[in-house]
Amino acid sequence: MSTVVIDPITRIEGHLRIEAETDGSGMITKASASGTMVRGIEIILKGRDPRDAWAFTQRICGVCTVVHALTSVRAVENALGYAIPANARHIRNLMMGTQLVQDHVTHFYQLASMDWVNVVSASQADATATSNLQKCTSDWHNNSPAYFEAVRQKLAGFIASGQLGLFGNAYFDHPAYKLPPEMNLMLFAHWLEALEWQRKALRVHAVFGGRNPHPNFAIGGVPCTFNMSPNAAGVLVPALGTTGVDQTGLDLVQNCITDMREFVAKVYRPDALALGSHYKDWFGRGESLGNFLTFGEYPQNDNADISSSLFVPRGAIIGRNLSNVQPVDLRNPDEVQEFVAHSWYDYSMGKNTGLHPFQGETTLNYTGPQANYQNLDVNQSYSWVKAPRWKGNAMEVGPLARVLMMYATGNRTARDHVDRALRDLELPFSAMYSTMGRTLAQSIDAHLVADELQVWFNQLTANVAGGDFHTHNAAKFDPATWPATAQGVGFNEAPRGALGHWLTINGGMIENYQCVVPTTWNAAPRDAAGNGGPYEKALVGHVLAVPDKPLEVLRTIHSFNPCMACAVHLFDPLQNETLNVTVSA
Amino acid sequence: MNKQITVSDSLYDQGISRRSFLKFCAITASSLAITGVAVKAFTQALAVARHPSVIWLSFQACTGCSESLMRSGNPLTDRLTVENLILNFVSLDFHGTLQVAAGAQAEAARRAAMEENFGKYVLIADGGIPTGDGEWLSAENGQSALGLLRETIEGAALVINVGTCASFGGLPAAAPNPTKAMGVGDLMAAGLVPSRALLNISGCPPVPEVITGSIAYFLVNGALPPLDSLRRPMLYFGKTVHDCCPRLPHFEAGRFAASFDDDGARQGHCLLLLGCKGPDTFNACTTNKWNQGTSSPTQAGHGCIGCSEPNFWDHSGGVYGIVDEFELGDGTACATPAHPQLPVV
Repeated sequence: MSTVVIDPITRIEGHLRIEAETDGSGMITKASASGTMVRGIEIILKGRDPRDAWAFTQRICGVCTVVHALTSVRAVENALGYAIPANARHIRNLMMGTQLVQDHVTHFYQLASMDWVNVVSASQADATATSNLQKCTSDWHNNSPAYFEAVRQKLAGFIASGQLGLFGNAYFDHPAYKLPPEMNLMLFAHWLEALEWQRKALRVHAVFGGRNPHPNFAIGGVPCTFNMSPNAAGVLVPALGTTGVDQTGLDLVQNCITDMREFVAKVYRPDALALGSHYKDWFGRGESLGNFLTFGEYPQNDNADISSSLFVPRGAIIGRNLSNVQPVDLRNPDEVQEFVAHSWYDYSMGKNTGLHPFQGETTLNYTGPQANYQNLDVNQSYSWVKAPRWKGNAMEVGPLARVLMMYATGNRTARDHVDRALRDLELPFSAMYSTMGRTLAQSIDAHLVADELQVWFNQLTANVAGGDFHTHNAAKFDPATWPATAQGVGFNEAPRGALGHWLTINGGMIENYQCVVPTTWNAAPRDAAGNGGPYEKALVGHVLAVPDKPLEVLRTIHSFNPCMACAVHLFDPLQNETLNVTVSA
Repeated sequence: MNKQITVSDSLYDQGISRRSFLKFCAITASSLAITGVAVKAFTQALAVARHPSVIWLSFQACTGCSESLMRSGNPLTDRLTVENLILNFVSLDFHGTLQVAAGAQAEAARRAAMEENFGKYVLIADGGIPTGDGEWLSAENGQSALGLLRETIEGAALVINVGTCASFGGLPAAAPNPTKAMGVGDLMAAGLVPSRALLNISGCPPVPEVITGSIAYFLVNGALPPLDSLRRPMLYFGKTVHDCCPRLPHFEAGRFAASFDDDGARQGHCLLLLGCKGPDTFNACTTNKWNQGTSSPTQAGHGCIGCSEPNFWDHSGGVYGIVDEFELGDGTACATPAHPQLPVV
């Protein structure tokens, strides 16, 4: 037996360490996932104005830059019973959907693709053969031999320079790279194109939120207005302007939506399918637990309970049983709970108890090494990530959970996408429960939401054309209008999965703020019973073909799209502000 | 075999003589406070090394600064895209979010870059660094963040802090600063890490082209740009957000929005009463704008949150508290910053 340590896991957000025990054949028998960085954002939030929480929690993660801000304003609105205008709902859906589509595409190309795509091989590809491959893959316009030859020469020149930069010291001699040179070149060309594409797509956030990363939000709606000026009769009517949203801005948003839909349909989806067709064995490994959880997203009406009309439904699936989607209640103290048996925190009732987020507490208690170390003691606490459970079960969250939930609840488009992909690949449905199934589901998730962006945009423009320009409800913005105490839950289906913020307001200030985040579910360490989280379970059984080049681990971990800064958060309830640091023996 | 193009070749191609090149190196070296024998070594190194080695370390970060880097550039008006920068001008030898190699191979790449370019590489940092009894609350590869920074800063010719966290402590250092987080400049001042030439590019995150434009200035001029008192490039931090805000005429006429969607807000009135921090925030949001010139925070409708200034998270009154001090900008006319132009490749 030996232990393979991979730290840093790169091409993710944040600081993740994997320690994997392997047997004599190089097969992983036990894996431990450790988040190694903590900031203390919820301690910082305590006592502040709840209206400011979106800005603080937004900085939990700059990759999924919309999701915490949106969840935070929803938590405050839920606590106050604060309704938002229909236009604000549409604009939030557009910002959230844009975030998801951009994040999935960027993850597929910039973060995950190099686990499968060999750039050295790409530099030796035949440009004409690549052009032919592109033409039979889709009708994407960048498809000429000259285009691919220019990309190839650029890449070859870069490699010949000897300064490999980002690509330095990579695994391109690893036997697990199997794509033909033409497909490597096509995918590398799309790696470059995706960089350009994401810059343009995110202008949607600039139109409505002023910038990306970290666009602006506000409780009660959205902070942007439709630009207006008085007509001859002194009545405000829509006008072109230097501030706010005008027709030029809306036209730009339409263009971005068109571009997003086209890139997803003609580049990303076909690439994900092509990748799967060359790595079919990866549809047979990397399953985590068979348990899936969604909180739901994209409210479709303006009911006070925004969870009543979600495009992506809320629910839980246990043991692959798609015929029994179980309801999820975010306020029920017996459903979502967090455990810290193997995390660097203490609980006042003891390390083995589980706490619902409204009662959640986090007292930092770092017991790890305090000098340079080779290994963590994974029999003790070994991560800043807590272990969340739903009714006691470890759960996988993310695109696969969402696509399965939509499939199970009868979303016809989702069913068509999944069934067609599996038919093309000649794979059974069980292939979805795998590393490559996760990757395929992510592309379907993006496709579904990209197409829905057009629906939401049409709803927004129809509403405006009908004379409704409201983007913000000022009724409860002033804390003087609030009750003395209130509790609220905000939720979101972030690109990486189910996200919730639980908030207690007392005297106009934040008394308690707790986030349970997608990567907390997926990167969780073991609980008191010794049950591992999705990463840990998914890695067991992987065989490292080259023991000191852990490519197989990267493939499965990247399929979850980790966001460690999201996963590690903490709240300090009331009295426990002390930072305990204990030197390990 | 392809001819290897060096920085000096590239400069000669642009009509710069050998003599000018040596002068350029001397200016570069002096601006970086490299002295004595090191100047000669630096000169020789620039002539053989083609692309400066860049090591990017992320500490208590949200990765928003790296994302902002990825948003940089408008092919119609500049050459400041991340792909142009990393494929043609710098060798990004370590970057946790973009690097292909992981674990031991990534670490080896960082160490090799440090060894091969000792005294010459550029270290870019994002995120705060926890200290004191918080030191081990952020670790990577069995090293504390502080230890990793201390080790990597040793051979750096220049340190560029990207974002308000690395520059001034930022979010993790907001009260009560649970992890005792600090920015790199303060660590240098406290003697906790070696002092090196320092450039702060603040913002949460910084404006994309302010990151790449500042790097481009160094690549094109071989020297640091003129800096303000917080070591930020004057080119981008010379004016307040308020100075060049599209809502300024309304401010001057005394027209203010009282809520986000009232008649004033719809007509673009000033956001001061909604907590805008534009008057005491130095940044390029309203001169350069964001996302290929699409908009800026105040243009779209929310007040500036002041994110490029030290301690902005603890501004009295919070995000919606009203500014009572107005800072003066550099007095020049408002214009899009003239980004240093990288050569066409």
